[in-house]
Amino acid sequence: MKTSGMQRAIAVCALGVIAVAGDGGAISLAAQTRAAAPAKPLPSKPSAKEPATFGIGRPATPAEVAALDVDVGPDGAGLPPGRGTSADGAPIYAARCAACHGKTGKEGPNDVLVGRLPGDAFPFARDPKAPKTIGSYWPYATTVFDYIRRAMPPDAPRSLGDNEVYGLVAYLLFLNELIPADAVIDQTSLPKVTMPARDHFVPDTRGRPKP
Amino acid sequence: MKVSRRDLLAGAAAAVALGKTAATQETAAPSDPSKVRGKPSRALGQRAPSEKPLRQPRGATSSGTPHQDLYGTITPADLHFERHHGGVPEIDPKTYSLLIHGMVERPMVFTLADLKRFPSVSRVHFLECSGNFGGRTGSAELTPQQVAGLTSTSEWTGVALATLFREVGVRPQAKWFLAEGQDAALLTRSVPVSKAHDDALIAYGQNGEAIRPEQGYPARLFLPGWEGNASVKWIRRIELSDHPFMTREETSKYTDPMADGTARIFSFLMDARSLITSPAYPQTISRGWIEINGIAWTGSGKIQRVDVSTDGGATWAPARLQEPVLSKAHTRFRHLWNWTGGEAAIMSRAVDETGYVQPTRPDLIASRGVSTVGYHFNPITAWLVRTDGTVVFRQESWT
Repeated sequence: MKTSGMQRAIAVCALGVIAVAGDGGAISLAAQTRAAAPAKPLPSKPSAKEPATFGIGRPATPAEVAALDVDVGPDGAGLPPGRGTSADGAPIYAARCAACHGKTGKEGPNDVLVGRLPGDAFPFARDPKAPKTIGSYWPYATTVFDYIRRAMPPDAPRSLGDNEVYGLVAYLLFLNELIPADAVIDQTSLPKVTMPARDHFVPDTRGRPKP
Repeated sequence: MKVSRRDLLAGAAAAVALGKTAATQETAAPSDPSKVRGKPSRALGQRAPSEKPLRQPRGATSSGTPHQDLYGTITPADLHFERHHGGVPEIDPKTYSLLIHGMVERPMVFTLADLKRFPSVSRVHFLECSGNFGGRTGSAELTPQQVAGLTSTSEWTGVALATLFREVGVRPQAKWFLAEGQDAALLTRSVPVSKAHDDALIAYGQNGEAIRPEQGYPARLFLPGWEGNASVKWIRRIELSDHPFMTREETSKYTDPMADGTARIFSFLMDARSLITSPAYPQTISRGWIEINGIAWTGSGKIQRVDVSTDGGATWAPARLQEPVLSKAHTRFRHLWNWTGGEAAIMSRAVDETGYVQPTRPDLIASRGVSTVGYHFNPITAWLVRTDGTVVFRQESWT
């Protein structure tokens, strides 16, 4: 609880200007509607204290959590057992993906998935035509597995088995020249694939206030 | 994101078709309504037959609010903008549930009825898709809906996410949470836990009624002032963690390449922006007094000031703001102008309570460069009034 309180204090500091002004506004608005009453600051906290918990809801069973918990983290946490190579993925890509993403992943009509830029340049703010592919823009290889498994193909999401997804990921990484043709992609090898764009991503530093 | 001329024509044709349908269903208004007994009461209200505001779909995955047809600050729920990544799911409220797990003391499941039993809050807030700049189509025939239709304001009702986090006992080391929707994309975003302590909601109400399906029925995450994509709709699961999950949306999509060769990640905040909604294309104005009016908003709190220029930015005057000015909500501004018939470029510029000033196009290009998608583009824009009174969007180069 101590750390939680500190977290809260940090959050309040970061947004201090907003929070203070927001509360002040609410008080003055309320005060206007009570103009006849003697000027007296209104309480800023509700009079009835909220309990620590309300006892609403029910415990989740481990099976319930496992059924929905399909996400994969950048460290590979959540990757299921299974494996695939680019040779496994190629026919699946042709059957399930090529219609939207093109025969080699470069043709569209939907997102271009394949292609590196010379010297792994990152010209996206200068060159609107530079395609943001898996090889040129995606910072984490694990995201490719997570996204295909959860959302692709759009006409039948979650119809692919884990081995099929591993195969597709291997094929797309191979086409982007990120792994050799015979590389096996599984829960150990996928998080180790280095993505060229990774170090270009920086946290949003927009500060307040601005001049 | 481009709106082609064909789309515009298709939209116009659809509007005409709808008009015809309505005309055949509605009898003509009597010449003296006071001499005819009016209609009886009915269970569900409808718009006046001659009022036909419509969202304008951009492909199958988004549609914009018709700001040129609206007054005030609240967007009617059926005109709230849409953006979805796997279509609008149909969810049975009786079987809906929200799972919260991960770094918590007590992984729990909440039904919709459970969510409604918690203490509730109602707050008026805008929502905006961070890809809400439609001014680069190369066309001057753009309406406010096309320039910035992907923002709307509603009164949202729900339970504070902080209340649910107390209920499950979020552990101190949890710094992020994953929010996951129940749509066909199982859309996921990572959000800092600090936002829950600030003002995040699990919302089930919109403008006094249940949230519309396009806005996340039966329940959604709502993050006031932050880019719309992170306010995950149809929310089915929240997982607490000590690190962000690096989902597809927050890495390959909703990130912002910068002129310095980096790309901003987790750029949630929607900066201040304003939009003149009248006069605007396709209006034609007459000489004399004109009320220039529009909306301004900021994710950083309240709008402090909106300046209006009628001479292309050479001089600016503060507009009147409609009170009460609410935090993280559309704010209506108005400015009187006596148009004497000359060509004019009319513009608005929002300033928020942090002192942030809505940027010019050159300012934005200097920091952000040019890009095809352009999330978080909030430039000052202009409407050109021609000597014949027609109004068009001022085209500018973005390269």
